[in-house]
Amino acid sequence: MPTLTIDGTEVTVEPGTTVLQACEEVGVEVPRFCYHERLSIAGNCRMCLVDMEKAPKPIASCAMPAGDGMVIHTNTERVKKAREGVMEFLLINHPLDCPICDQGGECDLQDQAMAFGRGKNRFDENKRAVDDKEMGPLISTTMTRCIHCMRCVRFSEEVAGVPDMGALYRGENMQITTYLEKTLDSEMSGNVVDLCPVGALTSKPYAFTARSWELKHTESIDVMDAVGSNIRVDTRGAAVMRILPRLHEDINEEWISDKTRYVFDGLKARRLDTPYVRKSKKLTAASWGDAFKAVKSKLKGVKGDQIAAIVGDQADMESMAALKDLLASLGSTRIECRQDGSAADASVRGGYIMNGGIAGVEDADYLLIVGANPRLEAPTLNTRIRKAVRHFGLKVGNIGNAEDLTYRVDEFGDDASILTAVLSGDHEAAQKLKAAQNPIIMVGQAALSGDDGAAILKATRDIADKYCMRENWNGFNMLHNAAARVGGLDLGLTTEGGVDSILDDAEAGKTKVVFLLGADEVNTAALKDTTVVYIGTHGDEGVKHADIILPAAAYTEKFGTYANTEGRFQRTIKATFAPGEAREDWTIFRALSDVLGNTLPYDTLDQLRARIEKDVPGFNDLDVLPAAEWGDFGKKGDISSGGIAPAIENFYHTNPIARASQIMADCIDARGGLVEEATGTNG
Amino acid sequence: MLADKDRIFTNLYGHQSPGIDAAMKRGDWDGTKALIEKGRDWIIGEMKESGLRGRGGAGFPTGLKWSFMPKESDGRPSYLVVNADEGEPGTCKDRDLMRHDPHKLIEGCLIAGYAMNAVAAYIYIRGEFYHEAEALERAIEEAYEKGFLGKNACGTGYDYDVYVHKGAGAYICGEETALIESLEGKKGQPRLKPPFPANVGVWGCPTTVNNVESIAVAPTILRRGAAWFSGLGRPNNTGTKVFCISGHVNNPCNVEEEMGIPLRELIETHAGGVRGGWDNLLAVIPGGSSVPVLPKQICDDVLMDFDSLRDVQSGLGTAAVIVMDKSTDIVKAIARLSEFYKHESCGQCTPCREGTGWMWRVMERLVTGEADKSEIDMLLEVTKQVEGHTICALGDAAAWPIQGLMRHFRPEVEARIDAYHTKKAAE
Amino acid sequence: MTTAPAFVWTAENEAAAQKHIAKYPAGRQQSAVMPLLDIAQRQNGGHLTLEIMEYIADYLDMAPIKVQEVATFYTMYNHKPIGKHHVQVCGTTPCWLRGSDDIIAACKKKLGVEMGQTTEDGMFTLSEVECAGACVNAPVVAINDDYYEDLTADSITQILDALANGKDVKAGPQVGRQTSAPLGGVTTLKDFASEGEGA
Repeated sequence: MPTLTIDGTEVTVEPGTTVLQACEEVGVEVPRFCYHERLSIAGNCRMCLVDMEKAPKPIASCAMPAGDGMVIHTNTERVKKAREGVMEFLLINHPLDCPICDQGGECDLQDQAMAFGRGKNRFDENKRAVDDKEMGPLISTTMTRCIHCMRCVRFSEEVAGVPDMGALYRGENMQITTYLEKTLDSEMSGNVVDLCPVGALTSKPYAFTARSWELKHTESIDVMDAVGSNIRVDTRGAAVMRILPRLHEDINEEWISDKTRYVFDGLKARRLDTPYVRKSKKLTAASWGDAFKAVKSKLKGVKGDQIAAIVGDQADMESMAALKDLLASLGSTRIECRQDGSAADASVRGGYIMNGGIAGVEDADYLLIVGANPRLEAPTLNTRIRKAVRHFGLKVGNIGNAEDLTYRVDEFGDDASILTAVLSGDHEAAQKLKAAQNPIIMVGQAALSGDDGAAILKATRDIADKYCMRENWNGFNMLHNAAARVGGLDLGLTTEGGVDSILDDAEAGKTKVVFLLGADEVNTAALKDTTVVYIGTHGDEGVKHADIILPAAAYTEKFGTYANTEGRFQRTIKATFAPGEAREDWTIFRALSDVLGNTLPYDTLDQLRARIEKDVPGFNDLDVLPAAEWGDFGKKGDISSGGIAPAIENFYHTNPIARASQIMADCIDARGGLVEEATGTNG
Repeated sequence: MLADKDRIFTNLYGHQSPGIDAAMKRGDWDGTKALIEKGRDWIIGEMKESGLRGRGGAGFPTGLKWSFMPKESDGRPSYLVVNADEGEPGTCKDRDLMRHDPHKLIEGCLIAGYAMNAVAAYIYIRGEFYHEAEALERAIEEAYEKGFLGKNACGTGYDYDVYVHKGAGAYICGEETALIESLEGKKGQPRLKPPFPANVGVWGCPTTVNNVESIAVAPTILRRGAAWFSGLGRPNNTGTKVFCISGHVNNPCNVEEEMGIPLRELIETHAGGVRGGWDNLLAVIPGGSSVPVLPKQICDDVLMDFDSLRDVQSGLGTAAVIVMDKSTDIVKAIARLSEFYKHESCGQCTPCREGTGWMWRVMERLVTGEADKSEIDMLLEVTKQVEGHTICALGDAAAWPIQGLMRHFRPEVEARIDAYHTKKAAE
Repeated sequence: MTTAPAFVWTAENEAAAQKHIAKYPAGRQQSAVMPLLDIAQRQNGGHLTLEIMEYIADYLDMAPIKVQEVATFYTMYNHKPIGKHHVQVCGTTPCWLRGSDDIIAACKKKLGVEMGQTTEDGMFTLSEVECAGACVNAPVVAINDDYYEDLTADSITQILDALANGKDVKAGPQVGRQTSAPLGGVTTLKDFASEGEGA
């Protein structure tokens, strides 16, 4: 472990630490533009120059490994001059358009010019002008502002795994572009906006809509997938203006997917902002009181076993628990959270979460994917897998559709019946799992949604049990793509026969009333003669045959708990109010229960949460990677060799918010239009 | 004057055939096997003893450079890369060595490669040298046919290949790590150091990059002995050197001479003297475009070697002597170099990308005098902001000619500014 | 709609390409991108197209933008059609000291085009290049693969005339001189020189 001296302070650092990182450890700030801790070292901006004793010239601290006995100075006249010089060079060809630049107020160049610049301009020549580049619907470019730090190029190549960005020409004519100015073919492309230290790459949808200092920041959780990426919701008044990532080393690091980042316009479109009641076949706006009365009258004479509920993919646990309790008060336990017909089994928690955790992928040396496309189902997790492949020697095999996951995958074919061979040890994948130190099997919902889902679940469970268990290592990992799902399973929201059986019974007239809590990924045609009470946010699939609509709050508009695919509990924070008459979901059930004459026993969110904790131990222990119990689950059975249908075909349209988003539609257009009807879990 | 018997490149001008038979008659490939059989340590020791300093410009001791290569392979192969990307303005010596005396280079590749335990040599030649590359390819083929290269090269039991890799127009690829990038099929953008090429070079393997001349002189040094080579020139500046004399001389030429030859003697003996006589001399750039210009009074008695030229705040560089007589617009001559560096900046790092363009634009205005005198100091400050702050030495190379100009010809620049403003005022 | 025929190697160039790839260790075929672009440019009559770059990207298993980066970084790749004779005048200081301005003027006058332009008959493209690396034979003009050295306005005009008329022109020094040896005879190695004259 090298020990070096920085501005008179001795510090001992891990081998491999750079001088810049060592400076940070002792609290010495070193300015930089190109350096980014999650990207390879470029060393090109030269802003981080510091003095090293015995070196004839200043060194780039970002690139210099800390060595034993080094003596570093960051506050000499020479360093000050070097910084001023670099700052001046960066500014001479940078336009003075800060007043009309969206980066204004959160611009590294602005900030560092203030701190380290000379404050005077001596450049008397014409400034360079650079043609803007077309980069699709998400990224707006003003290339004259580019300072050529290459962060975007490094990100696309290294993190996103789509080497479609580059720098053409050379010298002062060097220009950053995407290949042929096409949209970056990545679900992670928006991160380049955060990475750009200046206003060269900015958010196109956010362009000129707000200044950063007018925004209120709310730290929250994303629900576009089951990863639970940490986000910051920026609002002005009632409007969500943009969504940015928050750092969470164990979940999303500092990345978020394009859907997470850009879905926000979907929060404003097609919103249900008042209750509706169907009167003579037409949905008519109603008061809450009338809507509740309508529910009451529809429930009149209906028996408990004639009532069912389906929970959608973005429901928070509080809402689900309240609905569950409401149904119970009506004598029904038929509430189902597996919209996609997944055979995920709620009986053993270790059987439906990612036991190793997302960050655990970095510790793994072999990953067998079964019926999952992490690139589309959990882009930030996929980024983590790519990182593990690139840096930590992870090898990946796949049983399922061969897709470009941005890293090398051994494709074993789209035939789940291979699992039988894997289990018996008679397959290459078995050898790989057995030989690995920390093997993982990752099962996706696509594999579990067919008729043989329970058998596949059992097979993967047995494979994990046989090959993937080590001391302190449970290699069974289920990948969910619905933010609500693990919470739903925790609450036990599974039913015999699942969604299909509910729909069949409704069609047969056996089920009279169905509650849909944001359930928009089921085919509601079967419900056209059933009483449907839809509680949700958007005029989407779920309202088609609804008789009563109760407008609810979206994830940015409520305090809700979600368990991510790891089983980690996290909470959204209310960033803005739901539109119009819409209310936070659990309060709707609470109020409705009152009308129905069987008031739910909680008046506050805290009381509700206390009630949930009784059923779901650990529910109030936030942000903890759980150690879940292990046992038997799934059902032995025949596995079909007929292939696994993908869980997601259209990444940009997986949920009602996304489907209401014009930006998401633009993303689809930019990719030549994906198949419109192939939405969500209908796949 | 150096005696012909002490000249290494006896076919410098191509009077004789570059072919292998003629080359062998001139002494190439003579006892190569025996030299190799003396072993790595002997070869490197002898090279160190000879005092040979790299002939590509930086003057780093060649034997020492070879000794940085790993003695034992850790599983990765080692490579020798020959820098034949000759493009430093004023310099055209390697061109002659390759088209007229290629076997010296190829034999040198084998011996140097052996000394550093390399599996192959790649000769990176600038793309414009089309015929020179052909000459090399031909010579390599001849060497393979004779069994001097390939499996069991020269009967030593050592397997060794030599390949030619052509560039495509980028001065920066003369920088060794840019050259390595280019050899890997990328843009020629210099790498950060550390790691140095001897640890992580081409394709991540230990690599030594040497100039053509440094490699081409090695076989002769080893055959004639380190003492012979180090007996020529001055201590720390030993041996012979191919000089390129261009510009305002009567007979521009390349010539191999002893290190430390007085500049004036070099020009007058071999290049027919300065056009219009020695007193018509204005200035000389003594080591290729990257080194600072020297005014006549220094040229009168300066010696042509590393240390002498360093002592007068210039450098030997590639030993390319660019002579300017009194008719020269010295500001324009340097401004044209500034344009060169702006054109050749790879664009990777800030000071060079932004600084070379800025310096050139100010220089262009100084050519006409359309400037304020305070801009001279500002320009010098800009050169200081570039110098020492870049990833590679191109930034320094762009800064030094301007610093040299201002050091010795500042009154000329000021006079021009005055003249411009006087003329402007009169209008 | 007519489409240009897709670019594919000629048999001869395919062999040459494979020979280049074979120079580099297995899996390092990207190293061959520069020679392959050069071969392709020659096959295509002097310039590269997007299609060719994509062809080579595919041929070498590279991302297309990486090929485009290389092709736009190095100056010897042309991105628009060039004349049969690419007249590349060196204008860097050593050539400038010996009259490259006159050479440029003579070329412009003779060809009737400015720098970067191609004559209407498609015979000549005029470019200024940076140091050609033949400074002791300045001023220098490279026309395609040949260097014409020790030029004057007259001699370059005659050369261009001859090329326009389809005549052969001797490359190298245009004055009575052996390559880079001093004009008027060598000052060194006289014995070797005379020996060589018999050879």
